Amino acid sequence: MQHTLIAKVENKPGVLNRIASLFRRRNFNIDSLNVGRTENPEISRMTIVLDHSDLEPDMVKNNLYKLVNVIDVQDVTNQPTVTRDLALIKVAANHEKRHEITNLASIFRANVIDVASDSIILEITGTVDKIESLMELLRPFGIIEMVTTGQVAMLRGKANGYHPNGHKEISSLERGI
Amino acid sequence: MYLTGAEVVMESLVREGVEVIFGYPGGANMPIYDAMMNYPIKHVLTRHEQGAAFAADGYARASGKVGVAMATSGPGATNLVTGITTAMMDSSPVVYITGQVASSLIGGDAFQETDVTGITLPITKHNYLVTSAAQLAETIREAFYIARSGRPGPVLIDICKDTQFEKVWFEYSEEEVVLPGYKPPLHATKQSLDAAVKLIQNAKRPVILAGHGVLMSGAMGELAEFAEKTQTPVALTLLGLGAFPAGHPYHLGMMGMHGTAHANFAIQNADLILAFGMRFDDRVTGTLHTYAARARKIHVDIDSSEFNKNVKVDLTLLGDLQTVLADLNPIVPKLQHPEWLEQIQAWKQESAQRDILYWEQNGKLHAAHVIHDFWKQSLGEKIVTTGVGQHQMWTAQYYVQEKPYRLITSGGAGSMGFGTPSALGAWFANPDKEVWTIEGDGSFQMSLNELATLKQENANVKILLINNGFLGMVRQWQEFFFDKRYAATPITGPDFVKLAQAYDVPSIAVNQRDQINGALEMAQRTYGPVLIEFQVEPEDCVYPMVPSGAALDEMLLRPIKVNA
Repeated sequence: MQHTLIAKVENKPGVLNRIASLFRRRNFNIDSLNVGRTENPEISRMTIVLDHSDLEPDMVKNNLYKLVNVIDVQDVTNQPTVTRDLALIKVAANHEKRHEITNLASIFRANVIDVASDSIILEITGTVDKIESLMELLRPFGIIEMVTTGQVAMLRGKANGYHPNGHKEISSLERGI
Repeated sequence: MYLTGAEVVMESLVREGVEVIFGYPGGANMPIYDAMMNYPIKHVLTRHEQGAAFAADGYARASGKVGVAMATSGPGATNLVTGITTAMMDSSPVVYITGQVASSLIGGDAFQETDVTGITLPITKHNYLVTSAAQLAETIREAFYIARSGRPGPVLIDICKDTQFEKVWFEYSEEEVVLPGYKPPLHATKQSLDAAVKLIQNAKRPVILAGHGVLMSGAMGELAEFAEKTQTPVALTLLGLGAFPAGHPYHLGMMGMHGTAHANFAIQNADLILAFGMRFDDRVTGTLHTYAARARKIHVDIDSSEFNKNVKVDLTLLGDLQTVLADLNPIVPKLQHPEWLEQIQAWKQESAQRDILYWEQNGKLHAAHVIHDFWKQSLGEKIVTTGVGQHQMWTAQYYVQEKPYRLITSGGAGSMGFGTPSALGAWFANPDKEVWTIEGDGSFQMSLNELATLKQENANVKILLINNGFLGMVRQWQEFFFDKRYAATPITGPDFVKLAQAYDVPSIAVNQRDQINGALEMAQRTYGPVLIEFQVEPEDCVYPMVPSGAALDEMLLRPIKVNA
């Protein structure tokens, strides 16, 4: 089961290192980690996808809270969210195959962003499933290389995913009672 | 006023109420040392930076204030590392200030350059690299706040040498530090308090596990009130000793690997565990799947990352322990558990039979007897620090703690060499008292260079050296689990009496039980450092002992030897 956490952190040098070091130290395996700017230049936003069946997302969350530079962490796994990943995929394509590939691309609403005599680069945005479906279809043509940004997530509706009291939410409160 | 960065450091330390710094000068912190001469802060030159780190930790634990240690860049800073880990594992508030090479040289492998913030990242609560004097005052203010608030811990500030020379306008804010990502919790939620009351009400065999958190939040009064109102016995962790008076009828003593048998039996047979400011270290649980298997568990802590880390619990209360107990005490009902207390009394009787007091006098000097006699002679009232090993466990067992904040020992990290330098620090926190360190011959030989510091400062620190000629705790494990193959555990030492004499420290060696009191009295009559070497039985063992991989109640108990 995948868990998606959104963390808001201070935009200061070394913060990514602190988080990476924490994950290494506590043996938390992550599936993807995205860091980027936000509407506030002092705050960066991370989307962390954990892929570990025996890993408690609360453990990860509570350890993140211990870092002084981490402002807020939210587990959005079971909340209505939009998640997107962006992939660049370079496919082998001579002029005979090019048309077939651009057709596939348009079905998936992927953009062609580079065309060379023997290759083509597609840009696709979407959920991980959508990107993987396109990859499967492109594989027979020969994928030369690909890269993804890692998932980014945002809650639907007006909620901004920010707890003013951060720390005080305890989701495992009544376990077993 | 305009100040140099170095003066900003000293001025800020004065504003934070710092009285003493333990440290060692070097190339990259010379400007700070130069500025120090103009400020009313005492500097103690230890003989190794590790000693400075341990001393600052000892000072912090004995005073309840933030300790300060200083070192230069490179090897100076890396020598602090064991001390920083020790403070981190035991949640001790210490600020370390290290010099760093000039900011223009960073990353260039300059002389004595080390990535100190990188090295100490996982062993500090937070750390800083300061490359501009304009950031210094605010950074120091934050560092002290972070070190002492919430779950206390070590904070390191690495300051570039050019920053120490740079002139800036100095202002020191008196307001409380506000950090966007740091809000130590205080009150537990009403919902969790109510849920706790329900569990407490329904329990028949409750046990409180009291840890260092009780002492750190000053919740001793609230703990006693809770225990008495709900008739709940209290077991203590090593670092929790002193949090609940040993003479109290509900006192179970220390739990865990070398805890009392009755504490461990009580935990394993409990139907409700109330964990107050402790973290279920493997040294207190035994194997996890057999641990307190029939008990519901309530965990109260200020650090949410401790919840469900080692032991899965039924209810968590996040908050400051004193506040949480003060909220809980009025809403828990008065309860009675006569049958449970009776059962515990029976276990206590059995433990007492195996106590060292029942050993026959065989003409040999046993370490446990030395510590017991010292406890009796000093009325249990001394501030005592320890090294790590058998002597540490015997101190925990036989230097019984009636009052808080008198036992200072490296628990989580288990750092040998902690005893003597931490006693030096504890003495600076209590200069009008006598501080004792109970050391082993192995532990002491890791820090005996600090004899010179004790002498230079004429610190009123007494070294009670338990010399058994072995790295005793490892030897004990070898005796039990490695077929008595004593690999690398026999250890020689110098003639400790002559060694102390070389440092001009009065000293005496003792090898008979009837000489113990005389030696102790000599040490107490002599102001300043004194060393007493006790030449004890080489192959004694600490009992009870929970072997690793065993359940908490599967203890090796001391064989009963009753006088005929």
